[in-house]
Amino acid sequence: MKKLTVNFTVNGERVRLRVPANRTLLDILREDLGLTGTKRGCDTGECGACTVLMNGRSVNSCLVLAGEVEGAEIITVEGLGGEEALHPLQEAFLEEDAVQCGFCIPGMLMSAKYLLDRNPDPSEEEIREAISGNLCRCTGYIPIIRAIKRAALKLKERK
Amino acid sequence: MFKYVNRPVKRVDALAKVTGKALYAEDISFPGMLYGAVLRAEHPHAKILKINTAKAKRIKGVRAVITADDIPGSKLVGVVKLDQPVFAWERVRYIGDGIAAVAAEDMDTARKALSAIEVDYEVLPGVFDPEEALKDDAPKVHEDGNVIVYHKVRKGDVEKGFKEADLVIEREYKTQFIEHSYIEPEAVVARPVDYGGIEIWGCIQNAFTTQKNVARVLGLDMAKVRIIQTPLGGSFGGKDDVMTVMAARAALLALKTGRPVKLVNTREESMRESYKRHPYVLRYKLGLKRDGTIVALQAYMAADGGAYASTTPFVTWRSTVQAAGPYRVPHVKVDTYGVYTNNPYTGAMRGFGSPQANFAIESLMDEAANELGMDPIEFRLKNGLRDGDETATGQKLTRHRVSLHEVIEKVRDAINWEELRKNPGGDGKIRRGVGIACSFRGASLGAEGVDIAGVEVKIDSDASVSIEAGLTEMGQGIKTVLAQVVAEELGVPIERVTLHPYDTSRVPDSGPTVASRATIVGGGAAQAACWKLREVILGALQEEDGAERAWFEDGVYRTEKNKYSFEEAVGIAIRRGKGLNAVGWFRTPDIHWDEEKGIGSPYFTYVYGAQAAYVEVDTETGKVRVLRVAAAHEVGRAINPAMARGQIYGGVAMALGYGLLEEFEVSEGIPLVKNFDDYSIPSSLDVPEVIPIIVENPDPDGPFGAKSLGEPTNELLAPAIANAIFHATGKRLRELPMNLEMVLLGRKLRRKRK
Repeated sequence: MKKLTVNFTVNGERVRLRVPANRTLLDILREDLGLTGTKRGCDTGECGACTVLMNGRSVNSCLVLAGEVEGAEIITVEGLGGEEALHPLQEAFLEEDAVQCGFCIPGMLMSAKYLLDRNPDPSEEEIREAISGNLCRCTGYIPIIRAIKRAALKLKERK
Repeated sequence: MFKYVNRPVKRVDALAKVTGKALYAEDISFPGMLYGAVLRAEHPHAKILKINTAKAKRIKGVRAVITADDIPGSKLVGVVKLDQPVFAWERVRYIGDGIAAVAAEDMDTARKALSAIEVDYEVLPGVFDPEEALKDDAPKVHEDGNVIVYHKVRKGDVEKGFKEADLVIEREYKTQFIEHSYIEPEAVVARPVDYGGIEIWGCIQNAFTTQKNVARVLGLDMAKVRIIQTPLGGSFGGKDDVMTVMAARAALLALKTGRPVKLVNTREESMRESYKRHPYVLRYKLGLKRDGTIVALQAYMAADGGAYASTTPFVTWRSTVQAAGPYRVPHVKVDTYGVYTNNPYTGAMRGFGSPQANFAIESLMDEAANELGMDPIEFRLKNGLRDGDETATGQKLTRHRVSLHEVIEKVRDAINWEELRKNPGGDGKIRRGVGIACSFRGASLGAEGVDIAGVEVKIDSDASVSIEAGLTEMGQGIKTVLAQVVAEELGVPIERVTLHPYDTSRVPDSGPTVASRATIVGGGAAQAACWKLREVILGALQEEDGAERAWFEDGVYRTEKNKYSFEEAVGIAIRRGKGLNAVGWFRTPDIHWDEEKGIGSPYFTYVYGAQAAYVEVDTETGKVRVLRVAAAHEVGRAINPAMARGQIYGGVAMALGYGLLEEFEVSEGIPLVKNFDDYSIPSSLDVPEVIPIIVENPDPDGPFGAKSLGEPTNELLAPAIANAIFHATGKRLRELPMNLEMVLLGRKLRRKRK
């Protein structure tokens, strides 16, 4: 497999890597950079567990090839907020008991962030639409939808 | 008053999960680690004539290629019956059988090596339907015949009952294969360790079952096989047998190469290999009096067990003993067969035999009410079990509150039943309706086996507390429940309680985390451990104060002379040389089941649930939309009401998939489903408004009165929807899933094999 060199930033840090051209962003994050917060569920863009932000837009990182990453700005769950400074979305997910097994949560958080970045005051339908590509088998989505609503309120209050 | 129990305490494991720090199985790596891959069968039933691994072994970067010939111990594993090969030899029995495995320096090389392995087969005729498999001339999946198990119930005399009946109705129902669809695919990492054994890290639901089977395969003492459970990214009963096989393969590769080996299923491999929920055919006959009294019930069920027994003997047993539902029936006859076929094998999945039986019995009850011109709720209340009644297996319900009427009445009011039955809404094209289903469910394992758990609680010298428990956190929240119980019983702030990973070398064998039993048995064991520790601490305080008496009250340690906080009391106990760790054990009360006679008390207690669905049917497309669900569940006592509601939301959503969307289609043993693009589980756009109702009638035999909840939430919605569709359209659907073609045409359109 042909190799290529890519330059991009992940959670604000600059990265330069030489990787096979068929490597996906998901594998770059997990295998090359050790950022295992982003999850692998289907490798076909169906489950949304690998969702990250790329240049401000949510993408299934399993469908993004190395070449497309050149110059991009990537945000993963690790860049959302740490234990010391949780993002309002993370706080809201804790407060609304929106986490069970937790495997879909990193992707769910990134889809929710993409929504709130564009639309600070989403309706329930808009929230449902925004996370419709993120499958969850545990929660029945209801606590997740509530958490996203709560996070929107929190973000508004902070402004 | 409780300080931690019965309160919506925040989950102890959620912070790691929202920050991406929680390490799931695939996230674990070790230096020098190799990557494994498994070659699977090409036919659902075939003789293996030859396996040639020579070419694969020569590929650069390949460190081992193994087959059944490389197994030092037992070639077979199993939960109940040892019938599933780690690697198939001589014969493959389903399309997910493993033939060989490779360990290589990287994944690409491992996959390349797989394609270099040559297997010669002689294709054999297969059997793909459980009732076909029961015929004498059917191909034999295993040498000893196709019947995995047979169970029965016999009470009274059904023939006499049917003679006394004014009305007899007979109906057939069918259910489908479904996939657990845990979002995390199966993964393990095995590494050889210097005490001559193996360590296996993985998303393994029942680590002790896996430990026992892997030890058997490796020919090692169980003590030399250490399983460390990683957080499970969902399981729902699904990460049991399939994980045992995977762990055994990874262990064999690791021991062969002397290096750590990671084995991860892709979603396609997971769907091909993992076991499913059993499809059932269920034939019921019901005898009724004109006034609506049930006099006799006969049921015949055949469950497709697929190629291996797995937990089929237990799944079908639960269907059998709960076949008559939560009703008073004087004459009962149930016959259930679990059958081998060359389909994907089936095993444990949330509900465990009840979703199938409930779809039948709860649809049937609605059909009976309709025949009699009665309201479905009135009919259920008339025949439903009350305190002191006898179940269909002859068990008198005297030790706990029989809460059936309470849960039915609660959902009736919450869904606005009376009004919606009269005026469901809708117009010519869009019809609306409301339906209900209810159940009782035996808590914990029942007569399946010894039902015991142990939990160790340790207090460190700084008065922090650790819990070592062999009960699996798969999202349901058992870690938080145990922390709540220990904080309550020791009077320690919950922030100072830590749960370590479930590691078979450190925790007492508590059996499998199944049957919605973790809160009952784990909570009970944690409580028992705390009681022991309290005795030790109180003894030290008595010595310290020269006191007559020492006791624990409202989270405070007291003597007649002094009051001590937990931290102060622990300080004194340590200064006085007391050992502050204890293992508590909990065993469920004795029960009795007579398998020969088909009668007895299968479970020590029951939980009760009712769910009502308000639905909308598009009569032009067949599309069913669930608008609202009311779900009332009696749980004994909710240790954590917020997490209990979470179980209801999740169980309802999963059951919505079972009722309307999901089918793991299999054609002649070949799955037509490969990934989530052709298998639709409910998304955020599908789930309705859910009204969760927790009913608490504390049980004398559960810790703090607690019983079960995980599974009952997932066993009622499919029949409630079927009954609502009937109310909306007058069409009775007796086969799942109730997707567009079933609703519109009343039959399934089969997809072609790809």
